[in-house]
Amino acid sequence: MELKATMAGNVWKIVLNEGDSVEADQDVVILESMKMEIPIPAESAGTIKELKVAEGDFVNEGDVIAVIE
Amino acid sequence: MFRSILIANRGEIASRIIRTCKYMNIESVAVYSEPDEESPYVQEADQAYPLGGSRVNESYLNMDKIFEIAKDAGVEAIHPGYGLLSENAEFARRCEEEGITFIGPTPDVIEKMGSKLSARKAMEEAGVPIIPGTNEPVDSAEQAKAVAQEIGYPVMVKASYGGGGIGMQIVASEDELDKAIESNAHRAEQFFGNGTLFIEKVIEDAHHVEIQVLGDHYGNAVHLYDRECSIQRRHQKVIEEAPSPLLTEETRREMGEKAVQAVQALGYRNAGTLEFLVDENQNYYFLEMNTRLQVEHPVTEEITGIDLVEQQIRIASGEELAINQELVTIQGHAIEARIYAEDPKTFFPSPGTIEDLIVPKEKFIRNDESIRQGIKITPFYDPMVAKLIVKGKDREEAIERLQTALSMYHIEGIKTNIPVLMDIASHSAFQEGKTRTSFIQDYIVN
Repeated sequence: MELKATMAGNVWKIVLNEGDSVEADQDVVILESMKMEIPIPAESAGTIKELKVAEGDFVNEGDVIAVIE
Repeated sequence: MFRSILIANRGEIASRIIRTCKYMNIESVAVYSEPDEESPYVQEADQAYPLGGSRVNESYLNMDKIFEIAKDAGVEAIHPGYGLLSENAEFARRCEEEGITFIGPTPDVIEKMGSKLSARKAMEEAGVPIIPGTNEPVDSAEQAKAVAQEIGYPVMVKASYGGGGIGMQIVASEDELDKAIESNAHRAEQFFGNGTLFIEKVIEDAHHVEIQVLGDHYGNAVHLYDRECSIQRRHQKVIEEAPSPLLTEETRREMGEKAVQAVQALGYRNAGTLEFLVDENQNYYFLEMNTRLQVEHPVTEEITGIDLVEQQIRIASGEELAINQELVTIQGHAIEARIYAEDPKTFFPSPGTIEDLIVPKEKFIRNDESIRQGIKITPFYDPMVAKLIVKGKDREEAIERLQTALSMYHIEGIKTNIPVLMDIASHSAFQEGKTRTSFIQDYIVN
């Protein structure tokens, strides 16, 4: 399952890394947009198969941040 | 007087400063980042130079680039606006070294007031009441517990270099104190590069009231009365008004006098603001000082008829203050509503393109903005896109006019907080002046 950015912004912090298991609603990354931190939580539980962004990257709304299995 | 001024800022405040430059016959030089190229302020300035980059550290915080442009353009002074470099002592110091006037106070004063702890000390020495608490950093849980016990819970744990609500937390009991100290020191270190904490008593049911001041190079100082800015979300102001509906005439006079006393004790030169918390019994406590122009300065300009940007420029150029306290009077009531690009329910930012825009225009309305149809609101900067200011003969009329103006405002393409502003303006608690800092939680959210 693809985890997408809910809005445009910079990747401020990577909370979980590839291989980590994740619960539903647990934050995977935190974006920074308009000087505010925007947590991006997983929609359902699983394992982070692939992380597509690094800290400091710019993402647009809808960009894939991670693939969760 | 200066021939030309560089404005090291963007958006509505750049437009605002350009307006006064034009009126004073001073050439204005704008700078802009890549995403701001189409912003109206760039066209409004007499000259504009690209900074390159999108993020603030590549553009508006890039001191080397700003000084390079300042030299190319041959400006004599730099106006920093608010935010960005406006309270950066290093920038002010570099201006001195480069032989360019920084439109603001001396670097030493910026530094002193930039630390909440040293500001507390300076104000206490100047005879201004401060919130009961520590004047020294709190560096152990034991020390924190002893202090909290003495002043009584709830206490506020605060980062000395914090801002925007980051690095501060209300602690209700001793059990929560350890964790609060640890996490706030960590966050403050992360955000501000300094984890110094101190502890203050929580002032219950407080209003946020601030005093506008002006001081020149010759020890002259005046206050321009108060603004109330209690309506906040995430510790950021949403609605501001002048004068405050809370203060009695006696408190108003006393706070003004204390603020002038502080300006003189600091040797402060520039426009500045002393922020206070005021409780329902008219007790007031110094919170912090902003050594720059405030976002909400227009409400003071509207009730006093004094152009604060003009005063800043005159003071910086070495002119003596031409205003004395007797000349400053309050006429009517003004309210400012900050229009944020954000979801009105979650307060999450909402970048996007302004597809359609109607800004209300009436005699009693002042619009401070730098937006137009077709421009992009990017994720790189603050979500505030415009300020709507209304004036009435009294508070009641100003509130009616705010409602009228908000209902005429129309922005499409991005979400804005206009629905929240309408809810506030039409709420009986707001109309009755029950404007505590918890207003949005108490009455609007849910």
